[in-house]
Amino acid sequence: MLNRPDLIYRYDGSFEGFLCCVFESFQRREIPMDIRPEGEGQMSLYPERYIDTNPQTADRVFVSVPLKISKAAAEFIADAFLSCMEQKELYLLRFLRLGYRYGATVMNMLANDTVNALFKAVQFLKNESHYYKEFIRFSEIEGVLISMIEPKNFVLPLIREHFCSRFSGERFLIYDRTHRMMLAYQPFEAKLIPVDDFQMPEAEAEERHYRDLWQMYYHAIAIEGRYNPKCRMNHMPKRYWGCMTEFANQPQKARLKGAGPAVLGLGQESDKF
Amino acid sequence: MDIFEKLKILADSAKYDVACTSSGVDREGVPGELGSTSSCGICHSFAADGRCISLLKVLYTNFCVFDCKYCVNRRSNDTPRAAFTPRELADLTIQFYRRNYIEGLFLSSGVLRTPDDTCERMIEALSILRDEYRFHGYIHVKAIPGADRVLINRLGMLADRMSINIELPSQQSLELLAPDKSKTSILKPMGYISGKIQENTADIVQYKNAPKFAPAGQSTQMIVGATPDSDYQILRLAEGLYKKYSLKRVFYSAYMPVAEHSLLPSVHTKPPLLREHRLYQADWLLRFYGFEAKELLDEEHQNFNPALDPKCNWAVNHLELFPVEINRVSYEMLLRVPGIGVKSAKRILTARRMGSLRFEDLKKLGVVLKRAQYFILCGGKTARGLRITQDGILRGLLSERGMQMLPKSFEQLSLFPDQNRNTTEDVRKCLTGQI
Repeated sequence: MLNRPDLIYRYDGSFEGFLCCVFESFQRREIPMDIRPEGEGQMSLYPERYIDTNPQTADRVFVSVPLKISKAAAEFIADAFLSCMEQKELYLLRFLRLGYRYGATVMNMLANDTVNALFKAVQFLKNESHYYKEFIRFSEIEGVLISMIEPKNFVLPLIREHFCSRFSGERFLIYDRTHRMMLAYQPFEAKLIPVDDFQMPEAEAEERHYRDLWQMYYHAIAIEGRYNPKCRMNHMPKRYWGCMTEFANQPQKARLKGAGPAVLGLGQESDKF
Repeated sequence: MDIFEKLKILADSAKYDVACTSSGVDREGVPGELGSTSSCGICHSFAADGRCISLLKVLYTNFCVFDCKYCVNRRSNDTPRAAFTPRELADLTIQFYRRNYIEGLFLSSGVLRTPDDTCERMIEALSILRDEYRFHGYIHVKAIPGADRVLINRLGMLADRMSINIELPSQQSLELLAPDKSKTSILKPMGYISGKIQENTADIVQYKNAPKFAPAGQSTQMIVGATPDSDYQILRLAEGLYKKYSLKRVFYSAYMPVAEHSLLPSVHTKPPLLREHRLYQADWLLRFYGFEAKELLDEEHQNFNPALDPKCNWAVNHLELFPVEINRVSYEMLLRVPGIGVKSAKRILTARRMGSLRFEDLKKLGVVLKRAQYFILCGGKTARGLRITQDGILRGLLSERGMQMLPKSFEQLSLFPDQNRNTTEDVRKCLTGQI
């Protein structure tokens, strides 16, 4: 019989740390009330136990997943850990317990509440990472492509391969403002680096020229007779608009009417063209 | 004329082309070079009309020797004209691509002097992209009707997808509105391209590095509502194209009145957007749900019901096949249940192996119970508290918009037995003195 003590596990927030919590839970035959990364969430009146991260223990747990459950399950928990789901650690622990009991078929138990909740979280993560493949906008500054994103899930590991393969000959940076992480790439190596604060540098004239061209194109390609803002919002939720070039420095329309070289620049900087 | 002005004119004249998809071919990036493609396609933005912007959709030029009545770029139309140079177009594509604005280029063109001449310029722009800049992103190119086969060949080798627009769904309509085109002049190159694609597929099996001819297939477009052709004709034609020419997509475009002409609907008609939507829904049913055109429409019912989507419409007319037991029914039949799509049908197949499914479970799997409940059983039972009547089903299936389309008839409820009530009909009879 499992113990259900009034206890909260704290860990360092890493995937390895989480796996150690799983180990702890199995070793003590108990399911904690919650598993939380350190420094996150409210203080509670319940006692907490800090679980140390030990790479060997973590490895032991992670190796067991493809052996006792399935390869797909191993990928699945790694993905689910990147999601922004509340209490994902606790759900993952329950999922692993189910997995060790039922084996590979746990991935088919779509109607089970734990499995279903995790599947939805992973779906959200994957959808969001696809949105970022679509809506990331780079600015070229001194030969480096720079972009800023604000995702809810930690999507950088999922979009990494896509951009590294696509812009293989370029140098680029993608800064995730929510998780304060940066993906930096130069031919042919990519790195994920924690960066606490990062500001977009000022755009140069050529960069602004392409931004203007793009904004003009964006407005020119729409057919007025089919105006359908709801459909646009369904496909491109407003929370992504903030980081997109087409919606930057909005008072656009007035400028577009007299489009031409004289009105290219933005206000006082136009003399630089 | 500078690039800003050119882009403005040439994007504006290209916007009535519907296709902007970047799907159908998976290509990894090449180390040190630019670009890759993904088979699911990537939309990079959505315009104010809700249509996706995946490719840089421009005309090479909007000068045109043809005079198709429905087209903004027809010879007789007074509109600003421009043409890119091959280098300008290639540079613009690369710079947009590097900033992740686009997935590639959609290049079409008006016919400048002769079809061959136009085709050669397009080829020049594309070969700068492919050979000089080593660009591996997506390229969709419109074949110019009447161009030489050698040139079409060359275009196909540079592009991922090719398309030829049918525009008008019947020979009569073409004769009326596009005197310079004919059915054969469109279908012949289409047949040629599909032949090349098949031939090429065989080559690739034999030689791994054989150059690829339009690996993402070919597509076409039809205008809806410019001519009196019915939905049934359009859908039958689309079905034929999918089967005969193995097209990847047929696009439907609600006619936007761009010109005043005695043969065309007036400039003030609204584009038939709902009709276009119904055609797309039916198109999906053909391609992914195993339906045939003749099941959805027939000689008596030539057009779709605007109030109800084609799948629901089919199901309501075939109540004898329903309800089906979710835990046993075949995949093909699951797909035919309103409220169940390809994804949820697959999830049902997976999940029901683990145990019998209940209505609550279906909800978790993404089934739209609001529509599906009338057509399914779970463990031999209907959903709790559900009474199935034809009228009730219709109410359940109709969206709010659909409800508004139904003729309104109100009825005052009465405490007294029915025979004493004056019905609307009685009143009318009284008024016309028929009693």
